[in-house]
Amino acid sequence: MSNAQLEIQLIASLVAVACAIPGTFLVLRKMAMISDAISHSILPGIVVGFFVTQDLNSPLLILLAALTGIITVVLVEYIQKTGLVKEDTAIGLVFPAMFSIGVILIAKNANDVHLDVDAVLLGELAFAPFDRLLIAGTDVGPKSLWVVGTILLITITLLILFFKELKISTFDKGLAASLGFSPAIIHYGLMSVASVTTVGSFDAVGAILVVALMIAPAAAAYLLTTDLKKMLALAIGFGIFSAIFGYWVAHWLDASIAGSITTVLGLVFLLVYLFAPSKGVIAVMYREKQQRTEVSLLTFLLHLKNHDELEERHVNHLREHINWQKVRAKTVLDLAKKNNMIHIEKNIVSLTKKGDEFTSKAIDYIITNEDAQIEDMKDDFFLFRG
Amino acid sequence: MDITEYIKLVFTDYTLRTITLGTAILGAVTGMLGSFAVLRKQSLLGDAISHAALPGIAIAFLITGAKDSNTLLIGALISGLIGTFWIRGIVTKTHLKSDTALGLILSLFFGFGMLLLTFIQKQPNANQAGLDKYLFGQAATLVESDVWLMAIVTGLCLIVMLTFWKEFKILLFDADYTQTLGFNTKFIDILITTFIVLAIVLGLQTVGVVLMSAMLLAPAAAARQWTNSLSVMVFLAAIFGAFSGVFGTAISASQNNLSTGPVIVLVAGVFVMFSFIFSPSRGLLFKQIRFIKNRRDLELHKTLAFMHHIAETHEDISHPHAIKLLNNFQGYTRSTLQKLVDKDYVQLDGNMWSLTKTGFETAANLYTKQSTEDE
Repeated sequence: MSNAQLEIQLIASLVAVACAIPGTFLVLRKMAMISDAISHSILPGIVVGFFVTQDLNSPLLILLAALTGIITVVLVEYIQKTGLVKEDTAIGLVFPAMFSIGVILIAKNANDVHLDVDAVLLGELAFAPFDRLLIAGTDVGPKSLWVVGTILLITITLLILFFKELKISTFDKGLAASLGFSPAIIHYGLMSVASVTTVGSFDAVGAILVVALMIAPAAAAYLLTTDLKKMLALAIGFGIFSAIFGYWVAHWLDASIAGSITTVLGLVFLLVYLFAPSKGVIAVMYREKQQRTEVSLLTFLLHLKNHDELEERHVNHLREHINWQKVRAKTVLDLAKKNNMIHIEKNIVSLTKKGDEFTSKAIDYIITNEDAQIEDMKDDFFLFRG
Repeated sequence: MDITEYIKLVFTDYTLRTITLGTAILGAVTGMLGSFAVLRKQSLLGDAISHAALPGIAIAFLITGAKDSNTLLIGALISGLIGTFWIRGIVTKTHLKSDTALGLILSLFFGFGMLLLTFIQKQPNANQAGLDKYLFGQAATLVESDVWLMAIVTGLCLIVMLTFWKEFKILLFDADYTQTLGFNTKFIDILITTFIVLAIVLGLQTVGVVLMSAMLLAPAAAARQWTNSLSVMVFLAAIFGAFSGVFGTAISASQNNLSTGPVIVLVAGVFVMFSFIFSPSRGLLFKQIRFIKNRRDLELHKTLAFMHHIAETHEDISHPHAIKLLNNFQGYTRSTLQKLVDKDYVQLDGNMWSLTKTGFETAANLYTKQSTEDE
C-alpha cells in the first residue's frame, strides 16, 4: 500500500466521519433532503468563491460556498412560511434554481475558470493526494486532508459541547424551547455545520457522495438502534467501513472512488434494511405474518367459545363459516393444537381448559384494554407485544 | 437578432425547431404530471427518480453496447421504477421517514451509476462517449425521432389521464374513500407513478438528472397559485411548462455558452416567482394589500367606537367635540376621519366633529353584529 493510497483512505474515512455526525441529526430531524439541497446549491458559491480566490481549497471559498448553503436553507424556510407550497416543494424549487445559476456562471466564464460541474458534483478522490499543502516549503500532507480534518475537529468539538442541547431539540422541540435553548440557534448551527462539511468535502469526494455519506450510514444505524450515542457510533462505523472497503473496490474495478464508496454504502444499507433484527424488512414481514396468524387463532377460539352446537364446531364447517382458505385454517388449527388450546374428537373441535382460560383473558383484554390482563401472554404472542 | 427574425428561424432551422418543439412538449408533459406529484406531496420524488435512473442507463449500455437512446431510456425507466418502489418499501416497512428514503435512494443509485459510468469509460469501447450528457442534459443533441417519442408519450399520457381522470382525482384528494368505493387504488397509484417516472426519464436527455426535478415541480407550483381546480391547474401547469421550454430555448439560443437546461429551469423559476407574488387569491402582493386594508378597516372601527363612547355620555349624540380628543391610539389619522365623513357617519365643522345619527347607530352595533358594508 503506497503512501498516496493510505492518504486517500484517510481522507475518505475523515469525510465519512465528518458527514456521519451531522447526517445522524438530519435523519432524526426528518431533514435528510436538506443535505441534498445544500449539496447542489453550493455550486454558485463555489464558482463565485473560485473567481475571488482561484483556489478550490481556500478557506474563503469554503465560507462563501457554505454561506450559499445557508441562504438556501433560509430561502426554503421563507417559501415554506408563506404557506403557498409544501416544504418539500420549497426545497425542490430552490436548489435547482441555485444549481442552474452555478452552471450558467461556469458556462459563461468557461475560459477563465478551470472548474467543471462534474468535478463539483462527483469529485475525484484519486487526485486529492497530489494537491499538497506546503508550509514554509515543507510538505505537510494533502490540502484536502487538512481541510477535512479541520472541519471534523470543529464538528466534534461542537458535538461534544452541545450534545445535550442537540439531543433535546431533536427529540422534543417544545421541551428544548421551554428549557431556554433556542431551537433556532441549534437549527441554524446544524445547518451551518452541514453546509461547511458539504463544501469541505465536495472537492475530495463530490457533492453527491456527501449526501450519501450523510444519509446512508445514519439511516442504517437508525434501523439497528434507538439510542442516540449508539446510533452516532454505528453511523461513524458504517461510514469508515464503506470508505475503506469502497476504496479497494474502486481499486479493483479501476473506477470512480466516490462511486464505489456509495455503492458499498448502498450494499451496507441493503443488508441492514433486509436483516436488521427487529426493524428489518424480513423481521417486519415475519412479525406481520405471525400477527395475522394469531389474530386468526383468536378469532377461531372466540368462535369456539361462543358456540356449543356440534355442527358449528365441525372442522369442515369452520372453514366454510369463518371463510378461511384451507392452508390458513390448517395453520391455525395446528397452532391451537400445539398450544393445547383445543382438542379434536371425531372432527369436532372443542376448547381445552387452557384454551378456555386464554380466550376469557383475551376477551377481557379486548373489552377493558388493560395491559395487566395479558402480561403473561406477551412471551408467547407477538400480537400482544405491540 | 430581433424577435421576428428568431421566430422565423424557429420555423426554418432544423436544429432550433427540433429543440424548441422538444423542450415545449417536455415542459407540457412534465407540468401536467408534476401537478399530480406536487399535490400528492411527492415533490422530491422527481429528484430521486431522475438520479435513480442513472445506473439503468449505464447498465442498458453495458448490456447492449449501443448508444441507442431508446434502449437507454428503457434502462432508465426500469431503474427509476425500482428506485421508486424501493422508496415506498422503505417508508412502509421501516420507521425511516420519506425524506430519508428519498435521500438514500437518490444518492445511492446515483453513486452506483457513477461507478458504472467510470467503469464503462475505462472499457476499450469507442462508443461510450456522450453517456454523461444524461448527467446535465444537452438539448442540442435532440433529434426529430426524440421529439416524436416525446410526442407519442405525451399523447399516451393524455389519453390515460382523460380515461382515468375521475380515478386520479379522487385518489389524489381522498385515498381512503377511493378504496371504499371499490377502486383498485394500488393500480391507479402505480399508473400515476409510472407515468411520472416516464416523463422524468424522457427529460433526462434534455435537461439532465439534476435539473429534472425542477421541470416537474416549478410549473405545477406556479399553476397551483392561480386556481383551486385540478383540471385548470393541470392545464395551466402544462402551459407554464411549455412556455418555460420555448422561452428557455430562445434565451439560450440567443447567446453563446448558455446551456439550455439551466436556462429553462430559471425561466420556470421566474414563472413561479411571478405566481407567488401576483396571484390574485394566494399571492404575496395581494395578501399584503388585503392585510393593510383590513388593518385600516380595523382602525376605522376603533375610531368610530371611541367616538361612540364619548357621544354616549351626552344627551345629544350630535354634540360637537374637539378633534384634539382623538389620538393615534384610537387609530385616528386625518384620512380615517375623512373616510368617516365620506361615509356620512361623522360631520366636521372646523376643529370640531360630531357623530351623525347613522354613525351613532352603526357604532352602537359595531361589536354586536357583523356589518358587511364597511368592508
